[in-house]
Amino acid sequence: MSAAPMPVAVNTFREAIRDRVLYNLVFFALLMIGASILVGQISIGIDRLVIINLGLSAISVFGLVMAIFIGVGLVSKEIEKRTLYSLLAKPIRRWEFLVGKYAGLVLTLVVNTSFMTIGLATALFYVGRPFVRTDALILVSVYFILLELALVTAIALFFSCFSTPMLSTLFTLGTYITGIFASDIRGFGEFTKNPSLKVLTRVIYYLVPNFHNFNSIAAASHGEPIPLALVGQNTLYTVLYVALLLVAASTVFSRRNLK
Amino acid sequence: MSSPAIEILGLTKDYPVGFWRKRMRRSLDNLTLQVEEGEIFGFLGPNGAGKTTTMKLLTGLIFPTAGTARVRGRPIDDVAMHREIGYLPEQPYFYDYLTARELLDYYGRFGDMGKAELRDRVARLLERVGLADAADVQLRKYSKGMLQRAGIAQAILNDPKVIFLDEPMSGLDPVGRREVRDIIGELKKQGKTVFFSTHILSDAEMLCDRVAVLAGGKLQGVGAPGEIVSLEVDAMDILFELPAGRSLPPALAGRANPIGGRCRMEVPEAELYAALDELRRSEARILSVSPVRPTLEDYFLRVVDKEKVTSHAVEVAVR
Repeated sequence: MSAAPMPVAVNTFREAIRDRVLYNLVFFALLMIGASILVGQISIGIDRLVIINLGLSAISVFGLVMAIFIGVGLVSKEIEKRTLYSLLAKPIRRWEFLVGKYAGLVLTLVVNTSFMTIGLATALFYVGRPFVRTDALILVSVYFILLELALVTAIALFFSCFSTPMLSTLFTLGTYITGIFASDIRGFGEFTKNPSLKVLTRVIYYLVPNFHNFNSIAAASHGEPIPLALVGQNTLYTVLYVALLLVAASTVFSRRNLK
Repeated sequence: MSSPAIEILGLTKDYPVGFWRKRMRRSLDNLTLQVEEGEIFGFLGPNGAGKTTTMKLLTGLIFPTAGTARVRGRPIDDVAMHREIGYLPEQPYFYDYLTARELLDYYGRFGDMGKAELRDRVARLLERVGLADAADVQLRKYSKGMLQRAGIAQAILNDPKVIFLDEPMSGLDPVGRREVRDIIGELKKQGKTVFFSTHILSDAEMLCDRVAVLAGGKLQGVGAPGEIVSLEVDAMDILFELPAGRSLPPALAGRANPIGGRCRMEVPEAELYAALDELRRSEARILSVSPVRPTLEDYFLRVVDKEKVTSHAVEVAVR
């Protein structure tokens, strides 16, 4: 395996830090503090559920915003600012550059999500409840969010290899929303009598990533068990889908003229 | 016999234009060129001549519609070719959140140097391009000239054998231009091949072993600057003085320009002796007769004018 993506990944991470991307953690911290104070006053007995629900949802939303908005700029920003020209004249293949950019943003998301998870744990501690065994489910849920973010980043990167940042944002958001409702879309197709609509909904179902399986926030907040098989399935699904998207992105980008 | 440093064979680049991208605009037309090892090669042409397109093709940023090129025997689509080259893009822009030292350290990681060697090399280069004092300042605070210096430093960072510099003097003040000229001169002494584009002709005349002139995507001429300017003698220049009270003979009236009591006149070479006879009859004192050779600038402008006449043919094909 080539080592060339590594410096690109480190530089992408450094860019995110220096562009103050992690400032979103301040908003998250404020949200958690506010929620903890409020929950202590209004919801006796359900503080655990509210804090975990709110915390995990915020981790997911903050992460998605970062994955989409930074993800669509990973390549286009480098082309627009022409920083890519001197870099690609060095002995680095285009796919190595893409893998490096991808890894750098995923690393940023992992660091960001880790800090938010610590924030969530602190909020739970603040509302005065002892940690219990089912709290491990929060970590599983955070892991699923990270898998989801890795997948969304790969989608954003793929679109940004041949489209404008604006269109890439729309395409990525559209794919994400369609992916959440993938099962419903297929179910709708089963009900219709129109054969072409049936085919279309089935194609959509198989084409877009199924994000429904990554949502375990409700299970984590209610302390319901998450099957180990689902952890394995989601991991494998993400790895394969990301690999496929990176191969597709590299194929497109390797043919692109950098005018 | 060693292979040329750069070998370009029929390189052509078309870009799709228009909303439906059906029409093609030819940016570079069948360029064939060889640059030898250790040469300083100037690539001249007006804006839109195809200079940057050629540089981008040779550095693998864009792909040719037709033709091939090799750098030190390696095809331009081979990533190993990039170990042999350094590239300064036109109006370079770098990661503005990095300092110059960090930028060079980042780019250096794609080369073969170890950490300690890279650190030393970066420090020496920053010193060489005059950025040692600003080495730890973020590039967003750099002036255009400082960015250009950082760009030159990154182009020669990995000690490449062939260096492509796209308008390296642009944005620099006279001192900066002189420093770049010195660096190019040093590179030549080290046996490097430098391929640089410019529209500042005096720089090309001063530095280049050979130059190529490009206009409208086509190669117009290639050779030593001296060869290009001595292709032909345009006219003869006569400097003379007339005795007090004498006026120019009618045949030459209107052709001479008085300059501080003397007169200067340009005549076609074929008319030289007739003009001298006329001046002698007027008892003029001939001070000098010299051939008027076109400068590189004259050649350049003539080529560009000629190309304007044929530029309507640039849009070449319909898909």
